[in-house]
Amino acid sequence: MSPRPGFVLEVDGSTPPTLFWKGEGFTLERLPEGSRVVYAPEPLDPLKDPLGAIRHALAHPVGDSEPLRALLRPGMRLTICFDDVSLPLPPMQAPDVRQMVIEEVLDAAAAAGVDDVVLVAALALHRRMTEAELRHALGDRVYEAFAPHGLLTQHDAEDPDNLLDLGRTAEGEEVEINKRAATSDLLIYVNISLVAMDGGHKSVATGLASYRSLRHHHNPTTMRHSRSFMHAPSSELHSSNWRMGRHIAKSGVKVFQIETTLNTDTFPSQFGFLQKREWEWNLKDRATYAATAAALDATPGRLSRQIFHSIRAPHALTSVQAGEVEAVHELALESIWRQQGVPVEGQADILTMGLPYICPYNVNSIMNPILVACLGLGYFFNLYRGKPLVREGGVLIMQHPTKGDFDPAYHPSYIDFYEQVLTETTDPTEMHKLHEESFATDPWYIHLYRTGHAYHGVHPFYMWYWCAHALEHLGRVIVLGGDPKVVRRMGFSPASTLADALEIASDVVGPSATLTHLHTPPILLADVQ
Amino acid sequence: MKALLFERSMPRFAASRLASTLGSGRGARVAPLRLVDADAPRLPGASWHRVTPVLSGICGSDLATIDGRSSRYFEPLVSFPFVPGHEVTGTLDDDATGADGAPLPAGSRVVIQPVLGCRARGIEPPCPACAVGRTGDCEHTAFGHLAPGIQTGFCADTGGGWSTAGLVAHETQLFAVPDSLSDADAVTVEPVACALHAVLGAGIEADDLVAVVGAGTLGLATVAALGHLAARGLLPVPRSVVVGARYAHQRALAGDFGATSALPSDQLPRAVRRHSRSLATGGTSSGRLTGGADVVFDCVGSAESIASALDVVRPRGAVVLIGMPGRLSVDLAPLWHREVRLAGAYAYGTETAGPSPRPTFALALEAVAALGTGRLVSATYPLERFEEAVAHAGAAGRRGAVKIAFDPRLSTRGGRR
Repeated sequence: MSPRPGFVLEVDGSTPPTLFWKGEGFTLERLPEGSRVVYAPEPLDPLKDPLGAIRHALAHPVGDSEPLRALLRPGMRLTICFDDVSLPLPPMQAPDVRQMVIEEVLDAAAAAGVDDVVLVAALALHRRMTEAELRHALGDRVYEAFAPHGLLTQHDAEDPDNLLDLGRTAEGEEVEINKRAATSDLLIYVNISLVAMDGGHKSVATGLASYRSLRHHHNPTTMRHSRSFMHAPSSELHSSNWRMGRHIAKSGVKVFQIETTLNTDTFPSQFGFLQKREWEWNLKDRATYAATAAALDATPGRLSRQIFHSIRAPHALTSVQAGEVEAVHELALESIWRQQGVPVEGQADILTMGLPYICPYNVNSIMNPILVACLGLGYFFNLYRGKPLVREGGVLIMQHPTKGDFDPAYHPSYIDFYEQVLTETTDPTEMHKLHEESFATDPWYIHLYRTGHAYHGVHPFYMWYWCAHALEHLGRVIVLGGDPKVVRRMGFSPASTLADALEIASDVVGPSATLTHLHTPPILLADVQ
Repeated sequence: MKALLFERSMPRFAASRLASTLGSGRGARVAPLRLVDADAPRLPGASWHRVTPVLSGICGSDLATIDGRSSRYFEPLVSFPFVPGHEVTGTLDDDATGADGAPLPAGSRVVIQPVLGCRARGIEPPCPACAVGRTGDCEHTAFGHLAPGIQTGFCADTGGGWSTAGLVAHETQLFAVPDSLSDADAVTVEPVACALHAVLGAGIEADDLVAVVGAGTLGLATVAALGHLAARGLLPVPRSVVVGARYAHQRALAGDFGATSALPSDQLPRAVRRHSRSLATGGTSSGRLTGGADVVFDCVGSAESIASALDVVRPRGAVVLIGMPGRLSVDLAPLWHREVRLAGAYAYGTETAGPSPRPTFALALEAVAALGTGRLVSATYPLERFEEAVAHAGAAGRRGAVKIAFDPRLSTRGGRR
């Protein structure tokens, strides 16, 4: 039986309670009758022969590109860049798709006699990956072949010796990227497009860029004019990246893009109920839910975090395409929309969502309050094409325990952002003007970013900018189940129960408001008419 | 007439010290402080005048005395029994001449500059410090025709502000209160003067990063003084003033008084690191700073606050102790290693900033008028409720207050305002 498409359920008296994530746990909430629940499509069937599909893509590129083997020659300088630990979510079961692709690329390079090969993790301003994370993404064989010889590197956006200024776009955007990649005869980018925002020119123009370059599109103005990030034609973030990507190509940097897409098989079998629609839960699902929810409630936070972060998703490859960046990306987008797209009629007054334990920036770490805001307002709110699921001036209710906890090793500047910036302003434009530069150029954050596993000093600003469109659009943001003090610090309203949250929301949208619940993960993209 | 009298009693000192382990101000119940019938003190000489207190604050040094936590250093510098209260605004009982030489008719509102220097003690010639107006540094505070006592409020002969019987003040101690100042404003002149004196003596240079540890009355007055003096060209303009304050209302007030950033105390090192763009050892930014603030004012005087100040000061920077410390245990390795200057800042005298030398109290009266520091007075009590008042002062931060004062006028009416 082929997988069923996404679905919008109208809640009536017989609808069972709906699952809401709440960080490292979940609850069942009874939504008001008449509410709508948007469910993700079921996972697409994986490619039957992923290695064969990869080989085929390399040999049959799309767009204006020769097959990979034709691009490889002895004596050339080859750099293979790959997406970092922020993708996919949760991390996928081994073998990771990056490993599968890179092994094929390396085989081809070896066959062509290419000796000068360097791997680069395209971190942008993300934290450096740990050895375990690199081994997981690339496999032990690749890791052992490259890392001991210094040929497996991680992009350093603060290393002046390894950045190359490629000039400016016609719009005046500075383009500065990884020098090794930019000066190679061929730059191969191995991507995972988990959502429609990923991939395309964003891979190189963002993943391998410096702060000087990134600031042209990672700013409040661009973010407010990206409606949404998931639909490139309506996204100024993407327009800027596309200008930069085309500029990079014009500068003579030859990019061979390999984009992969995964299905939404997100949770292993022991969490199978998370993949199902509640009314289809069988006795085992209900029992598993009850036992899991109760056990998690009784488990110390640190331990439950460890449990969840050890989840490896059974994601499987649904497509792979290689060649010229834009042609490749178009095909990847088709696969993504085929997997994740759900048509939704009209907007609601209230949008509800439960936020899970993970976002791109807290893999193996703590979901701090700024990341909670970013996941809800930056990512989930933006999982749309056309119009947001909630009307302008409407209310967003997101459930998450939202505590004032931070990982000091991974997110040091987040702590100062929370204590020193959010206490002063929650306005993205204001903080951009007053504080961004000092955080971005802070020598201590730069030191920790370059030598430890810290996100760049400016990163919490970017997380807040991701929220800019939602903050401008919404009449109120309510955090259900969060620490009230923390929630208020971010300018949101706390609520302890869904009933309370709806009562608070009624002050903004009236008593007979319409409500849509975004039932994710698994990830979906709402095509709102 | 009533006065709160502090007597020498070793058993009660011990009891109050024990009680104060439960919290600052908790020693009042067992301390050698009691409400007594009292007469007005005798006038020690011709230039002395009687003052009837209107408001008299409870200061950190008063709390330390009542709680038995004061350093034994002060033993020969005070005389028992004494009536506490050195933050005093009151009215003159008779015609007098003020410290500036101007006549003050009976009934005038005055604030008392409480230091009992050579002139008040009838010592001629004055010591070198008093000769140049640095009365806070007087070498004769235990000599002359008065009993020992560094200030009014610690001297058996002068009385103090915690009294309906009044106190006596030398004309060099009298400063007229302009009509534009409320009584609450006036009672903050003394702590504001302390802050002005400390700030002016700290060697602050233009574009310095200044940190303030603690935001009780002295901390807030220090923040206010920094902004006030810089705005008037009496102090080089600091780049930033960062305040570590335990309580939210203190942080809000610090912001109102011009702090660049006011944060919970445990966030101060992070904030100073950010503002100084320092590195930090220890793997994360919670480690020890390699740089730091140019000048740090410790406005608490505890071992923790001094350690905190040493944590955030830069190499060769200065830590200025405004809050009164006692016998403490502090790791001075960073002070030694980073060549930090540790300086005390006591009281007031004559300030040389500006076109001509001026008494700190004169500057303080202007500052109080400009800053409205009367808002720091959170509650006033009659003398009869001294245990409650002292407990309130000891827990001021926790209870959302800043300055607690006695209003002896309430003693005839009872109750708290």
